[in-house]
Amino acid sequence: MEVLKIATAGSVDDGKSTLIGRILYDTKSLTTDKLEAIEKTSKKNGYDYLDFSLATDGLVAEREQGITIDVAHIYFSTKKKSYIIADTPGHVEYTRNMVTGASTSQAAIILIDARKGVIEQTNRHFFINNLLRIKDVVVAINKMDLVDFSEEKYNEIKADFEKLMEKREYQEQNITFIPVSALKGDNVVHASENTPWYCGTTLLEHLESLDRKDIYNVGTPRFPVQYVIRPKTDTHHDFRGFAGKVYGGELSVGDEVVALPSQTRSKIKEIFFYDKKCETASRRSSVTITLEDEINLSRGDMLVKANDLPAIEKRFTATISWMDSQALTAGKKYVLQHGVNKVLAKVATVDHKIAPDYSGVDTGVQELGMNDIAQVGFQLNRPIFFDKFKDHRTNGSFILIDTQTNSTVGAGFIN
Amino acid sequence: MTLELDRSMKDTSHINPLENEAIYIFREVAAQFERPVLLFSGGKDSITLVRLAQKAFWPAKIPFPLMHIDTGHNFPETIEFRDRLVDELGLELIVRNVQDSIDQGKVKEESGRYSSRNSLQTTTLLDAIEEFKFDACIGGARRDEEKARAKERIFSVRDDFGQWDEKNQRPELFDMLNGQIELGQNVRVFPISNWTELDVWSYIEAEKIEIPSIYFAHKRKIFLRDGLIWSHSDFVYQEEDEEVLERMVRFRTVGDMSCTAAVFSEASDIASVVQEIRDSTISERGARIDDKRSEAAMEKRKQQGYF
Repeated sequence: MEVLKIATAGSVDDGKSTLIGRILYDTKSLTTDKLEAIEKTSKKNGYDYLDFSLATDGLVAEREQGITIDVAHIYFSTKKKSYIIADTPGHVEYTRNMVTGASTSQAAIILIDARKGVIEQTNRHFFINNLLRIKDVVVAINKMDLVDFSEEKYNEIKADFEKLMEKREYQEQNITFIPVSALKGDNVVHASENTPWYCGTTLLEHLESLDRKDIYNVGTPRFPVQYVIRPKTDTHHDFRGFAGKVYGGELSVGDEVVALPSQTRSKIKEIFFYDKKCETASRRSSVTITLEDEINLSRGDMLVKANDLPAIEKRFTATISWMDSQALTAGKKYVLQHGVNKVLAKVATVDHKIAPDYSGVDTGVQELGMNDIAQVGFQLNRPIFFDKFKDHRTNGSFILIDTQTNSTVGAGFIN
Repeated sequence: MTLELDRSMKDTSHINPLENEAIYIFREVAAQFERPVLLFSGGKDSITLVRLAQKAFWPAKIPFPLMHIDTGHNFPETIEFRDRLVDELGLELIVRNVQDSIDQGKVKEESGRYSSRNSLQTTTLLDAIEEFKFDACIGGARRDEEKARAKERIFSVRDDFGQWDEKNQRPELFDMLNGQIELGQNVRVFPISNWTELDVWSYIEAEKIEIPSIYFAHKRKIFLRDGLIWSHSDFVYQEEDEEVLERMVRFRTVGDMSCTAAVFSEASDIASVVQEIRDSTISERGARIDDKRSEAAMEKRKQQGYF
């Protein structure tokens, strides 16, 4: 079975929740009782249409204010795939939610209101999806019904967006434009008769056409050890298995591996998925590995192929997205969680703030506020084993944890 | 997903990504917490959790106990099943009873037409967490079940009072789970957050997981109220004019008898149950009487410390 996670981005009133509601409705994923609840509430609120946003706004505060506050996850499936949509709020102050939603997604939908065109918010949405190296982005130009399904308008917006694309760092990102009306259903699941000038696929057709090799970023195999399994039972008295998930590539029985940080060499003896032995651990599978030699290896350590070592450093710079109301300041210490490995990190330098709308950088800043994106230099108490984010989406990212509150306060992408 | 009959396979590329994710989450719990517990209700979701936990730690045993908060109004079939499962897998089971919380005067039994012990479980649960000093409670809640649950994290922090601060949740990025907490706080962990009802049923079918008989069509004494099918039982309040009928029904979701409604069904094996779920036009929680109380029923219960 294939699972595709999609992040959505759009400004308030761009019709994001409506679009998701439309997808659910047209794929017949809304059950009768949920539909009835939507009909009832829409009527109560005095609408003469079905307010699909009611299907996704789960908190009382959201329904009261008619806005999405927190990331919600919506599920539907077709015969081909299971889909998970991360519905991320579009407010300026919610950059952190967008980064969060995008971090677990392989595809993204950016919504643009056809009446308004590319606005400052669009820059931001594109910037974040590009920063997070989302492989496939759909630009859904919505509310086409309100501009008389004008081809001219669509081309104008597309041209504006293409200008924005010249500025992106991750040039290989696939970008697809689709004219839609979420409210009326044009080109969402069903092809529209109102856009005869558009020959592309509908939104759902496009998502259905994405396959695994298109959407997963490939790197080299990295195996962070999560947990050591030592049953000490009669049948498995000497069993010492290293449990973890394989990222970036695959590992096979017989592979020469190096354990980090000890840099001890060994060979993969067995690979288990549950009680079944396998030849190869495929990407993103949760397996248990045993080695030929008794070597020192515990949680937070990493197995890599012998000819393919990552960087092993105590200092690096990273682009970070700050997510806390308490400012990040130079000199402050945080817990840095890199995969399942935790170290202490000191903010050595705050190099510059990066405007998330492509308007440039701001040097000479000493602290970062909520939703700021910046380049920061770190110094660690011991080395971690990393790749650059652009080469390895998993092994090049980390989170920062406040030592006082234990909250997750930032996300980082190693340069 | 095809069933693997032999004990070996070439690679793991066919493994369901949701299963890989759940196993990863279980291992994070065992590594990051000192006293985890798996909240076990005897329902299909918690039975699925047990299988996933087995897979995560094989060949070692599941490194934490199971805990059942027993309302005393459970289906007897669920309790029998629970005891057998624990026995077969050699697991440790803790049971704490809502009746004890009532006897101690901590909660008051509800009365009347819609009375249920469902919401009373919260107090018993929070007391048990304190008693055993559990720092992580693993539950089978899924985001697709209900829209307040759709906002839930995989590692969801609860304060000293067991409360959920839904507007101030930790962001969860990539695969990284932050389980750092202060003394007194605990984390609710949801390994099958991203599974849908159909995913769970398909998994049960593919893995040939045994589940309590009430999930399959059987003859039962029932009565109808508000368009829902209620079990006729000593634990369920029933008006005199609510006629008792005998019908073929099954349960899609299993809580205690006072909050779980049945569906008419002839599906007597797992394949026909899966087919029925596929064709269904009613959501799973459409048969949860506890959710019908108001649109925000689940959010309110969660804020107070419910599962």
